[in-house]
Amino acid sequence: MDMSQQTLMPEKAVLLPVGTSAKVVARNVNVYYGEKHALKDVSIDVPDKSVTAFIGPSGCGKSTFLRCINRMNDTIPICRVTGKITIDGQDIYDPALDVVQLRARVGMVFQKPNPFPKSIYENVAYGPRIHGMARSKSDLDQIVENSLKKASLWEEVKNRLQDSGTALSGGQQQRLCIARAIAVSPDIILMDEPCSALDPIATAKIEELIDELSRNFCIIIVTHSMQQAARVSKRTAFFHLGLLLEEGETNQMFTNPTNERTQAYITGRFG
Amino acid sequence: MTDIAGAAAPVFRLDVTSDAAKRRIRKRYAAEARFKAYGLAALGVTTLFVGALIFDIIRNGIPAFTQHSLTMDVAVPADFVPADKRSDPLAIRGADYFPVTRDALKAAIPGIESRRGERTLTRLLSTGAPGVLRDRLLADPDLIGKTVKVPLLLSDDADLYFKGSGTPIIKRSGIGTATPSGTTGEITILTSANDFAAEVVSIKQAAKEKADGQAIEAARLTTFGGQSVAQRVSEINAEIAALRARVDSPKVEEVLDGKLPSKLVEINGGLVKLTKLTDVSVAGEVLLPLSSTDDAKPGDWKVITYATPESNRKVSDQEVAFLERFREKGMVDRHFNTLFFTSGDSREPELAGIRSALIGSALTLFVTLALCLPIGVLAAVYLEEFAPKNRITDLIEVNINNLAAVPSIVFGLLGLAVFLNFFNFPRSAPVVGGLVLALLVLPTIIIASRAALKAVPPSIKEAALGVGASHQQAVFHHVLPLAMPGIMTGTIIGMAHALGETAPLLMIGMVAFIVDVPTALTDAATVLPVQIYLWSDLPEVAFKLKTAGAIMVLLGFLFLMNGAAIYLRKKFERRW
Amino acid sequence: MTALYFATLAILVAAAFLLGRHRAQSLIAGGAPSLHSLPAYHGMLPMAAVLVAMLLTFVIGSNVVARYAQASSLAVLGAETVADPLKRSAALRDIHNIAIGKHAGDVPALLMNATQQFSSASAFGNWMVYGFGTLLGLISMGYFISRISPIYRARNIFEKFILVVMGICAAVAILTTIGIVFSVLFETYRFFFDPSLKGRPTVSQFLFGTEWNPQAALRADQGDIKTAFGFVPLLTGTLLITAIAMIVAGPLGLFSAIYLAEYASPRFRALTKPILEILAGIPTVVLGFFAALTVAPLIRGWGEAYGLDVASESALAAGLVMGMMIIPFISSLSDDVINSVPQSLRDGAYALGATKSETIKNVVLPAALPGIVSAFMLAISRAIGETMIVVMAAGLAANLTANPLEAVTTITVQIKTILVGDQEFDSAKTLAAFALGFVLFVVTLILNIIALQVVRRYREQYD
Repeated sequence: MDMSQQTLMPEKAVLLPVGTSAKVVARNVNVYYGEKHALKDVSIDVPDKSVTAFIGPSGCGKSTFLRCINRMNDTIPICRVTGKITIDGQDIYDPALDVVQLRARVGMVFQKPNPFPKSIYENVAYGPRIHGMARSKSDLDQIVENSLKKASLWEEVKNRLQDSGTALSGGQQQRLCIARAIAVSPDIILMDEPCSALDPIATAKIEELIDELSRNFCIIIVTHSMQQAARVSKRTAFFHLGLLLEEGETNQMFTNPTNERTQAYITGRFG
Repeated sequence: MTDIAGAAAPVFRLDVTSDAAKRRIRKRYAAEARFKAYGLAALGVTTLFVGALIFDIIRNGIPAFTQHSLTMDVAVPADFVPADKRSDPLAIRGADYFPVTRDALKAAIPGIESRRGERTLTRLLSTGAPGVLRDRLLADPDLIGKTVKVPLLLSDDADLYFKGSGTPIIKRSGIGTATPSGTTGEITILTSANDFAAEVVSIKQAAKEKADGQAIEAARLTTFGGQSVAQRVSEINAEIAALRARVDSPKVEEVLDGKLPSKLVEINGGLVKLTKLTDVSVAGEVLLPLSSTDDAKPGDWKVITYATPESNRKVSDQEVAFLERFREKGMVDRHFNTLFFTSGDSREPELAGIRSALIGSALTLFVTLALCLPIGVLAAVYLEEFAPKNRITDLIEVNINNLAAVPSIVFGLLGLAVFLNFFNFPRSAPVVGGLVLALLVLPTIIIASRAALKAVPPSIKEAALGVGASHQQAVFHHVLPLAMPGIMTGTIIGMAHALGETAPLLMIGMVAFIVDVPTALTDAATVLPVQIYLWSDLPEVAFKLKTAGAIMVLLGFLFLMNGAAIYLRKKFERRW
Repeated sequence: MTALYFATLAILVAAAFLLGRHRAQSLIAGGAPSLHSLPAYHGMLPMAAVLVAMLLTFVIGSNVVARYAQASSLAVLGAETVADPLKRSAALRDIHNIAIGKHAGDVPALLMNATQQFSSASAFGNWMVYGFGTLLGLISMGYFISRISPIYRARNIFEKFILVVMGICAAVAILTTIGIVFSVLFETYRFFFDPSLKGRPTVSQFLFGTEWNPQAALRADQGDIKTAFGFVPLLTGTLLITAIAMIVAGPLGLFSAIYLAEYASPRFRALTKPILEILAGIPTVVLGFFAALTVAPLIRGWGEAYGLDVASESALAAGLVMGMMIIPFISSLSDDVINSVPQSLRDGAYALGATKSETIKNVVLPAALPGIVSAFMLAISRAIGETMIVVMAAGLAANLTANPLEAVTTITVQIKTILVGDQEFDSAKTLAAFALGFVLFVVTLILNIIALQVVRRYREQYD
């Protein structure tokens, strides 16, 4: 369980600009749902303290890959993962690794906001509580306040922390989920189409938030919207039919993609 | 955007490496394991209970399916039925069989003179024992005047004896030469060796052990204190004193009573029950007559112990003696208990059967099915397809859901007040029972049928409507047949439920002692669960076995029905 | 008589169908343009008409005839017999038995006359009904067959008829409830307020009285024995046994459901669910047998080994077995509820690094709580209304106690005890059972309604 800060230079150093350390390194990852081969031989390096976007048409495997990084696929009995994924050099599929701790280090925000049927305070406090992060009530209060501030929700709810989390609007709920995820101070935040259920104004707020958070967290966002990817991410990976077809700097990929499929997707010829 | 890097704001990092963190993680996983164990334990306890229940029923019920009979040569005297009446079945039925069976018994164990002995002997047979003989004579009246070999049914206590509820019997060869003083009645037996010293010692020993055991019991109870306990303790202490006195008494003479194991002597073909013994002589009462008063050489006679004291048994020493003699002569036969299935209820446990209950159940269920299947299905179709969406329909739906949860005894009250009292239906009749059960099961069938109808895709109905069928035609010709497997499954489950219902039927009087088999829907009848209930109340031990046997039959039927429902469901399950 | 009637009915019904259909078919053969309805419908309509006409005649007529015969036979016996309800029912019973040949012993001449009057009145009436019914059947058959023509909308009329039939079937549910309420309420009202009833209590005596002794309300000369209809000991007995049952079934049922829903593999579920289903299918009389003949003596033995005074019909034995009976109920309802909690909530908790038990305890169960509470309430309702287990394993003594080792009695046991055997609907004792039944019905109804409401209101949260 030793998550020490060793960095490992990836074999394909060309994947990242010199000087950037890879937070998440994946090599030859395959995922099977029973007989169905959902993800084929994916290898990628994801840098720290920036936003990486996974794009591609529906069913291409990007969400599946995302869920591998915090081992959420473990909850699906027929799902089988092969290959290697390391975070800070630590193999996360190592049998000795405690998956509970992993998931505390790698947070997740889901497509449809899923706050617990508890108060706003309790929603955010849940993670720190079970991981024993607070020594006293005031510590916990502080954590909750910090997280809500970082998720830019504090001003709107600071006077009604005991209200139910499900009573908030869609955008607020998603920000609450983000606050909940960052309350345990993870290193990495995974976001699975976080704005697809939200209206444009809420979406804009969240994108702003992502930008802020990327200064301190490694963020991986799966998105259906190429415009969103272009707006928020520094690097982008394009998935198609379970394969990682292209990966690189966002600007570069959107203006001058090397793979013609990528070109076709970006210009809207399919997807 | 708020300022994230406030200097005063403390940073809370997730601690994963410190000892405190490791401890916490271990505790959390321990809690996880505990939680999971609770769930498994809950399932385990439930499984254990079901297992214990079924095991108990089977253990008690299997003996009920066999019976013991005495196969004897029965001499039917020529004047039993006068020659001119031999072709009249009534005459054969009405003849007095008691002397015939009594004489046959006396022939099997010669020498029983006393009235008491004779009565004990004849009571070993069931009152229904002559039935087999009667049937034989009816079939072949020429047997009158001859000797017939028939199996005669044993009474319930004798039957239970052979099923193992008797007593362990220990035999020991006699050491010395024994000299009996007579062949019947009260006799004494002298022996040349200290044959009975061991007995005396063992009796004193048994008394001592009992006293010691009681002393421990008394000591343990006193620690609990309390009024009732104090009384019990003093009772025990009195017992202990009596026993100790006996142990310590220097006399080498013991008087046997019913509280200690019985001792007997088998000599010269007879059996003597000992009442008083010293180490070299015994006095006792002859149970089975001796052939002579000759000396019996060492090894030719035996000392027998019936380990269970007589007061703890249902069969007396005399009865055990008779039964063991029959067993030794190979006359005891164990056979399948067909009476259980062919006869109706009876006061005598060995003659009681479930036939009338089975037929009553069948008739009642028939009425229930005939009523609740059509009404239930039609109601479900109406509510699902045709009912307008208004307050009345809502009310009906709420009603059905409520009725499904009303206690069954209330349906019995309904039956009593409305069907019996107001409409004057015949009491105890399958008609009323079926009616009450139909109302009880109806909500279940309606709910199951609605679910089955809902599961049929609307596209099928729409296709039918599209070719010009009327709404009713579309439903009855297309939707309903496809929903049938689900409806059938629900019906079978409903019927299984109705089969096991007891309380409402008790209310409407299906409690009568039904000997005759009901033939019409308006005859008084009983059903199997009620029969089980009635038998479970009766004191005879044999009825406990019979109750368990009847339960096995009931559970067997339920198992079949539920199995059929599951099979139906699997076979016709369609994935749309 | 009945057989003849129904045989005739069957014949006429078949005839109506065949004639009607044949007539319709012959219309086509005779060159008529196509029919509006299929020939089968032209047959079914007269058939239905005959069926309804003759059935109604039978039902109404038989009742009328029965009452007429009874009245005329009683008239022979004299006004005095008619006036006294006890004598009247006794006389009717005798007449009935003599008529079907089951009467034992000598029959006084007057009774014989009455019986003959009864027989002749019945015979006369039955023939009248038969004749009338047959006539009506023929008329209705004739009417509908005469209406058969190519444009006759037989199918529509028939379908309307079927609609009415279906509606009536659906209304049976309401009729049943009305029947229950009416019968129980009516007798309860008489129990409390009928002036001609001796020994009845007031409502407050019933609700708050602590002595239950219905037996004495029979003979006026039993001076010293106090009749009492105090409900409280029954209530406490019922609650005691129910409480024991819920203490057993609550944790066992809930944890079973949690394990099956969250932890068990499909194979494990396939192996274990049948056990629960078997337990659910065991008739209560079998459980009562087990409780009375095995569990109760066992508990008694254990108790005495510790110097405790345990009744042979302890509340503990009955409560334990009743608890076991309820386990599948709670387990399957809770299972459904837990399974219906959206997976997204669980995912949210897992993603935070919660263990499975933490997720269940902190997220799933609170989310499922309304459903679980509702399941518990339905289970309590079931326990309160259960009869056979307590009849066989609990006692008759109306004992006001909280000690589970003593024998108590419950509402259902008393209802059963009072009503099994011959009852006179004119004694306070019999009606007491109905009053108890009323209380039982109301209590379980309230519990059920609240349970269903709880589920309905909180279900909206997720949809």
